[in-house]
Amino acid sequence: MIETININKTFGKLRVLKDISIKLENNSSVALLGPNASGKTTFIKSVLGMVLPESGTIKVNNTDIKNDDSYRSQIGYMPQIGRYPENMNIGQVFEMIMDMRKEQMNHADTDLLDAFNMKSIFHKRMGTLSGGTRQKVSACLAFLFRPKIIILDEPTAGLDPLSSEILKEKVKTEKNNGKLIIITSHILSELDELVSEIIFFREGELMFHKKLEELQLQTGEKSVSKVITTILKNNNE
Amino acid sequence: MNKIVKYIMLDILKSKVVIAYLVFLMVTGFSIFNLDENTSKGLISLLNIILFIVPLVCLIYATIYIFNSSEFIELLTAQPVSRKKLITSIYAGVVLSLTLAFLIGIGLPILLFTPDATGFIFLLAGILLTLIFTSLAFLGSIVTKDKAKGIGVAIFIWLFFTILYDGLLLLLMFQFGDYPIEKPLMILTTFNPVDLARILILIHTDYAALMGYTGALFNEFLGSQKGTITILLILLIWIIVPTMIAVRKFRKKDL
Amino acid sequence: MFSDSSVFFRQIAGRCFKNRKKFSIKSIKEGVAKAKPFDTLFIHSGLYKEQNILVEKTLSLIGVDNPVLDGENKFEVLTIDANSVLVTGLTIKNSGYSSMKDLAGIKVMNSRQFLIKNNTLINSYFAIHIANCDNFRIENNTIRGTPGTDEQSTGNAIHLWKCQYASIKNNDISGHRDGIYFEFVENSHIEKNNSYNNLRYGLHFMFSNKDSYIDNKFTDNGAGVAVMFSNHISMYYNLFSMNRGASAYGLLLKEISDGDIKDNMFENNTTGVLMEGTNRLHITKNSFYKNGYALRVQASCSNNTVHDNNFNGNTFDVATNGSLVLNNFDGNYWDKYEGYDLKRDGVGDVPYRPVSLFSMVTENIPIASIFIRSLIVFLLDRSEKIIPSIAPENLVDNKPLMKPVAL
Repeated sequence: MIETININKTFGKLRVLKDISIKLENNSSVALLGPNASGKTTFIKSVLGMVLPESGTIKVNNTDIKNDDSYRSQIGYMPQIGRYPENMNIGQVFEMIMDMRKEQMNHADTDLLDAFNMKSIFHKRMGTLSGGTRQKVSACLAFLFRPKIIILDEPTAGLDPLSSEILKEKVKTEKNNGKLIIITSHILSELDELVSEIIFFREGELMFHKKLEELQLQTGEKSVSKVITTILKNNNE
Repeated sequence: MNKIVKYIMLDILKSKVVIAYLVFLMVTGFSIFNLDENTSKGLISLLNIILFIVPLVCLIYATIYIFNSSEFIELLTAQPVSRKKLITSIYAGVVLSLTLAFLIGIGLPILLFTPDATGFIFLLAGILLTLIFTSLAFLGSIVTKDKAKGIGVAIFIWLFFTILYDGLLLLLMFQFGDYPIEKPLMILTTFNPVDLARILILIHTDYAALMGYTGALFNEFLGSQKGTITILLILLIWIIVPTMIAVRKFRKKDL
Repeated sequence: MFSDSSVFFRQIAGRCFKNRKKFSIKSIKEGVAKAKPFDTLFIHSGLYKEQNILVEKTLSLIGVDNPVLDGENKFEVLTIDANSVLVTGLTIKNSGYSSMKDLAGIKVMNSRQFLIKNNTLINSYFAIHIANCDNFRIENNTIRGTPGTDEQSTGNAIHLWKCQYASIKNNDISGHRDGIYFEFVENSHIEKNNSYNNLRYGLHFMFSNKDSYIDNKFTDNGAGVAVMFSNHISMYYNLFSMNRGASAYGLLLKEISDGDIKDNMFENNTTGVLMEGTNRLHITKNSFYKNGYALRVQASCSNNTVHDNNFNGNTFDVATNGSLVLNNFDGNYWDKYEGYDLKRDGVGDVPYRPVSLFSMVTENIPIASIFIRSLIVFLLDRSEKIIPSIAPENLVDNKPLMKPVAL
């Protein structure tokens, strides 16, 4: 569960998050949408503790994350761009992160590792990998520790269709396992079967946070992309 | 050893730049001692490497390393580990790797050709400068936003401490040559780690010339054990303070 | 020049006086009084606290089993005013200090043909003080002064005034004002002495001509050797080392002419050789190693030649305070020389300028020495080498050697 209460963030003169209050329950899958520079990434980073908001409170599973590091053991994060030390091989990257979260290793989730056949390329140097393969590494790491919360930033960008499908299946499975999943994506079509709620940011403000069903009813559209375009059109009129 | 440090060292020690640095140091080290019949001249060439090349490499390499690893560092901050532990581990990893490269590259020739107190002081000075300038590089790249700016800052730090600062002091000295400027000048040099390391080495190589200076300050202070210890302590401060500021800034930094 | 054979002794068997307990004579004074000229006085072990023992006849004073003569910090111990005296085997200590008189452990005046040998002089004001004498030898003595805080509170270890044909050899000297002091001394020779830890100079010449010093060691003195207002001094095979401090030199030359400085070693001195008002000196085959300044040549020097020397590991090779240079520096080995030898004749094809810009700066502002070996100084010196502007243009070695001179 994630709850933000009135969080504000400015970069220089730019207000990137304006009084954002959002509550995300477990057992839901949330699409975080909005145009470029609308505050999506900043919001995610705030939840992950990478960006420190000037004001407001962020609670993860009911504990304030301020001055806390251990809460992140309940989060799996897949960044938009996965870049790793060039001279490490894939195996070492896994070892390293696993060393850092050792206590969670006895019930590791290796589904994706197996599905992507990662073990066979463990010896490859990170510097030699394609962007897609690095994305796979990031994806595996995000699910590895069976976190209660999974944050995926543009997860399918750069992935081949097959791998993309594997990842989507995994997201669906975890959603059904009662996890909280947050996804940002530009490819709205791929969100169709994945998400149950939609959050929309614009210029640092929360435009809406609604259940997908609710929005579908409201607009009379079925697919996420249609739903969003209709809402945006209505808003502009 | 801390696990993060271990993996960072595994990565860095395999990097081409660090291997090239090690090879460069070793080749120059050996050729300096082999070409010059007298090792005292060799030590002077070595002094230039330690005072000028070591800080430059540490600054530029550490800065580029941090910016190139920014995404990975972000990923690591998303793990359940404190930022303080993370940045100190990364610092330790970088600095240990660079120190190791320096120790092997320069230590080996010194061990073979001049395994004495002077050689030891050279190594010590080199290690301290490695620690200091890696620390300054961390500070510089944590407070700057992009890589180009970060490298600019790194180069400026190098220029400042190796040339500009001494140039300013020289100007000051010429301007106020008629006044008793010894003490202020001595105090001002402690604000430059390169000067401190240089004086630390000078005490062992050019002591005779230093003694020519007509001031009790020099003879009684710098020449004594107390002087050496004081210089070492100030150099330690030069390691600790920038590192501490860097850690503090990193804890508050938006990634 | 020096002549060793000029000092000799007539060995004459005299009656022997024995001292103390077993013997009837209890004091040296009594022995001296009862002795006839050419007698030998055996002074047996014991502590003799006698004041001002005056020897006015030709006697041999021989210490047996290390007798100690104590001046109790008040009196001169032994005063000799007779020819052909021998003093040997004595330990003389605590000669008195006086600002009026030059009190000494052993003082000899107006005498000739004497020998002072194998004595130990401890805590003297002047240890051995010789005035107006000739043809004598001072050998194998050990002299330990107690250095006071300033030059006035201690005298010279071996002090010669107005002497000729003296030989000073194999003495071990420390803790005095000057180790060996020559004033108006001619045709004398100093050899194989070890003079160290003296307040002022290891060896000091004033107004002395035609002397030589060979194979001595001068270590850690205020300055190793000072040669002032003296001509025709020969200086060979000496070691000048560790003479460090604000005004410390290995060798200080002031107003001297026609000297010969050859085969010496200057190492770890603040200044190897300081030349002030010197003429026609010949400096060759010396080694300058790890000095702050190897040579400091004041503008007042002329017609000196410096060649076939090795300059190694010095912070500065040559420093000068003027722009006019009337000395010849051709044909030395400089380790800082970076020229080439296309002709393969062992001589560099481009001249070497041993004066660096920065050495000129430190001449004027001594504190500048803390910038030695900084990058800015390196750059300044480089630019000066390319476009000479401050360093004297004609202070140059036109025939720099590619390899060190074999010494």
